[in-house]
Amino acid sequence: MKNTINEAQELGDSAESPSIEETVKKRRVVIPGEVIVSGEDYLPGDGARRVGADVLACKFGLAEEAGRVVKVLALTGAFVPRRNNVVIGRVTNITFNGWVVDIDAAQSGFLPIDESPRFINKNEMDQFLAIGDVIVAKIWSVNVRGVDLSLKSKGLGKIEGGFIFRVIPNRVPRIIGKEGSMITLIKDKTGCDITVGQNGWIWIQGPTTDAEIKARRAIEFIADKAYITGLTEKMEEWFTQN
Amino acid sequence: MAEFKRPSGRGMTEIRKMSAKVGVIPNADGSAMFSFGDTIAIAAVYGPRLLHPQHMQDPSTAILRVNYDLLSFSVYERKKPGPSRRSQEISKVTEWALLPVLDLKEFPNTVIDVQVYILQADAGTRTAGINAASLALAHAGIPMKNLVTSISVGKQDKNIVVDLDKDEEDYEEGEGATDFPIAKVANSDEYTLLQLDGKIEPSEVKKALTIADEACEKVYEVQKRALKEVVEQ
Repeated sequence: MKNTINEAQELGDSAESPSIEETVKKRRVVIPGEVIVSGEDYLPGDGARRVGADVLACKFGLAEEAGRVVKVLALTGAFVPRRNNVVIGRVTNITFNGWVVDIDAAQSGFLPIDESPRFINKNEMDQFLAIGDVIVAKIWSVNVRGVDLSLKSKGLGKIEGGFIFRVIPNRVPRIIGKEGSMITLIKDKTGCDITVGQNGWIWIQGPTTDAEIKARRAIEFIADKAYITGLTEKMEEWFTQN
Repeated sequence: MAEFKRPSGRGMTEIRKMSAKVGVIPNADGSAMFSFGDTIAIAAVYGPRLLHPQHMQDPSTAILRVNYDLLSFSVYERKKPGPSRRSQEISKVTEWALLPVLDLKEFPNTVIDVQVYILQADAGTRTAGINAASLALAHAGIPMKNLVTSISVGKQDKNIVVDLDKDEEDYEEGEGATDFPIAKVANSDEYTLLQLDGKIEPSEVKKALTIADEACEKVYEVQKRALKEVVEQ
């Protein structure tokens, strides 16, 4: 389970939902319909559109100029599944060829029996994953029919022990930090094993309940202060006080 | 005529004190509160999420489902909880007022639920509800072209006034009172709600709309500030 965080970083997540701290010129809050920049040089990216010479925001969030591209990062809202996201979900149904998993998104995820890490007899599927079990899985495709999950990677599988809780999914990049710096800090300070799903579900397992609760507090502190720059230093300070 | 004074003592185009706050409901994906004086509306947005019953799903887009209701303690005489003819109508017009700004093509087969509840009613609840719902949708990160602003204009006898409260709506002298709630896409000429309860000369409608436009700009400023405040904390 240790590598899940790093994998979430490496496998596409950093490209799709970059950390808010990424090196960019300026960031500011925009509301839908607000003009972000004017000029023909700019290209509207995610959450932006062009009207005449202006680039307007079509989402509430932080506007960012990365080179010529202008985009808006949402601050709140529901989880939208993307390929290669690592998510935490709960098994809600077992069908003849796989498991239906609630991943806290508009569509439920489906884990086909072929995507389990080892061969499973179709008659004994509930011995591998029963209804109500919580799993860490990776999204390997998103299509109109639904979200397909896989367990064929390091760090994926059924969760046992510890506890899970939820934060706002848009805050996840901040909790992980640049190349996992923030989450590594929390892991080091508390000695807990932490898995952060891109859907905002977080699993913590530690040596003692106190350590687990401390880790949760730390994560909720970050989720609360997600807009502040230099959070890693703030977090180190927080650990000296608590 | 010149001595006409509103029962509330406000100027003709003076809006009641407005306030707005975003993020009032932690469990919702987006939420907001908006108030005109003693009228307070809260709105919560959930989704995009899976739509049941399945036959209502639209594979080309998400659908918007608005539920407006007065809470039982919001009015002097206890309101029986649950949907009524009035609340169903207002739910529907709120939905139509918001839909033109939303871009829901990204989320096929899903639903976006908007719950609008009135905590305190002193007339103008649908306009406060639309303003709150528009903020809540923005807060939920739903792609939208612009915010929707809403205000009611009206007439007391022959005078055009803005943002009637309950006492003013019950005004009976002369021609009586007219309530003319409107909603529009902010900073544009696109109207998304026009209702009329009472009498107004066709020639005066234009004047009423000009006054409403000015009022909407003030509403928009309040909405804008509320959204920006969430981040600055």
